[in-house]
Amino acid sequence: MIKTDIIIIGAGPVGLFAVFEAGLMKLRCHLIDAIPQPGGQLSEIYPKKPIYDIPGYPSVLAGELVDKLMEQAAPFKPGFTLGERADSIEKQDDGSFIVTTSKGTQHHAPVVMIAGGLGSFEPRKPLISNIGDFEEKGVRYIVKDPDQFEGKDMVISGGGDSALDWAIYFAEKGSFVHLVHRSDRYRAHKDSVSRAQELAAAGKMKLHTFAEVKELNGDDDLTAVVIHTKAANTTVETELWFPLFGLSPKLGPIGDWGLDIEKNAIVVDTFDYQTNRPGVFAIGDVNTYPGKLKLILCGFHEATLAVQTAYKIINPDKKFTLKYTTVQGVQGFEDEQPKQTITS
Amino acid sequence: MSLDINITVIDREGKEHEFAVPTDMNLNLMEVCKGYDLPVAGICGGMAMCASCQVYILTEEHFGERNDDEQAMLDEAYHVKENSRLGCQISITAELNGLKVKIAPEEQ
Repeated sequence: MIKTDIIIIGAGPVGLFAVFEAGLMKLRCHLIDAIPQPGGQLSEIYPKKPIYDIPGYPSVLAGELVDKLMEQAAPFKPGFTLGERADSIEKQDDGSFIVTTSKGTQHHAPVVMIAGGLGSFEPRKPLISNIGDFEEKGVRYIVKDPDQFEGKDMVISGGGDSALDWAIYFAEKGSFVHLVHRSDRYRAHKDSVSRAQELAAAGKMKLHTFAEVKELNGDDDLTAVVIHTKAANTTVETELWFPLFGLSPKLGPIGDWGLDIEKNAIVVDTFDYQTNRPGVFAIGDVNTYPGKLKLILCGFHEATLAVQTAYKIINPDKKFTLKYTTVQGVQGFEDEQPKQTITS
Repeated sequence: MSLDINITVIDREGKEHEFAVPTDMNLNLMEVCKGYDLPVAGICGGMAMCASCQVYILTEEHFGERNDDEQAMLDEAYHVKENSRLGCQISITAELNGLKVKIAPEEQ
């Protein structure tokens, strides 16, 4: 069981900044995020896009802002559970909470802060009726532990960076890759597109353009996919199909946590951004209140106010006076927090 | 002289919503739909990096032209038809008076 002061759900910009603000008050944080890297939308959707409304930065790339926030939070040694979705919350007799992820990892803390943005990012699944039958039996939406697939022939669908990068990776590792895309223009980086064309010319890859995988065959495991084009349908025998169409956010299980939800967002009190469940806060794009604006800078403000009440919950007998970092500096934590203690 | 234009948006249940929309506020169609609480997610905020504001243009003369980013996104989106566009890439201008669109199905 991972123990901390504040469990933060969502490692996007607002969750990361909450680590800093909590740290100034000597509170430790642990972040949970469904995607395997921190940064939320900024890393997942638009890392190379500039943001112009962060005070003090006339322009900053989204990915760069995430790096800076990680650096700012680093002295407070946050823990991370990445690649796992926060699935359930259970209130304990002493008022604290246990949050359990999709992989069963348990986290225990007196305060939970939901900084979940638009929700957890989940793969966009192609609309093929029997696709569910082959999930993990040949159909994979995310490439995990690529070593196991090296050298195997495969079909990859998509035209973005993820599809092209993996197609190139596996073709270079000796796999024969069918790359299937609905058009002949790719969203991926130009260099990747040229590399894929070179590999195709060298006979290590076949580029199927204006094509789409529309049928899946196999008794139990996947044995073949059928690629449709205007001209013909081609059956390609394969045990592996990676449809890599990016990820899209879903509010997901948090919607069933007994929180007041309005228009897909969690209702909070603007005094401290607490939800209807005492001890559970919602900050950033995931919350709503009269006058709400979904801006990163508003989320930073919300995080700062929320940790004040969190402090009072965690330290009911202590009084805290605001100290300026300019006067005090930033005193990080010396020791790492115990990352994971398995309880029997 | 009024700067408003009339547009009609058909929601996923088939209900028609008619709006008078100002042309001098630098709005796009995704923002208009969200502003009127229609079920358009606009997840990426208008960067043509998701397809959650996909609409079908029913008045052919208003189709305009897909830009490159928009086309690339639609190449990977679902439920795409010949008259699909991303609402966030349609600027509300005087030429669009009388525009009629239907919101595309949700992806999943």
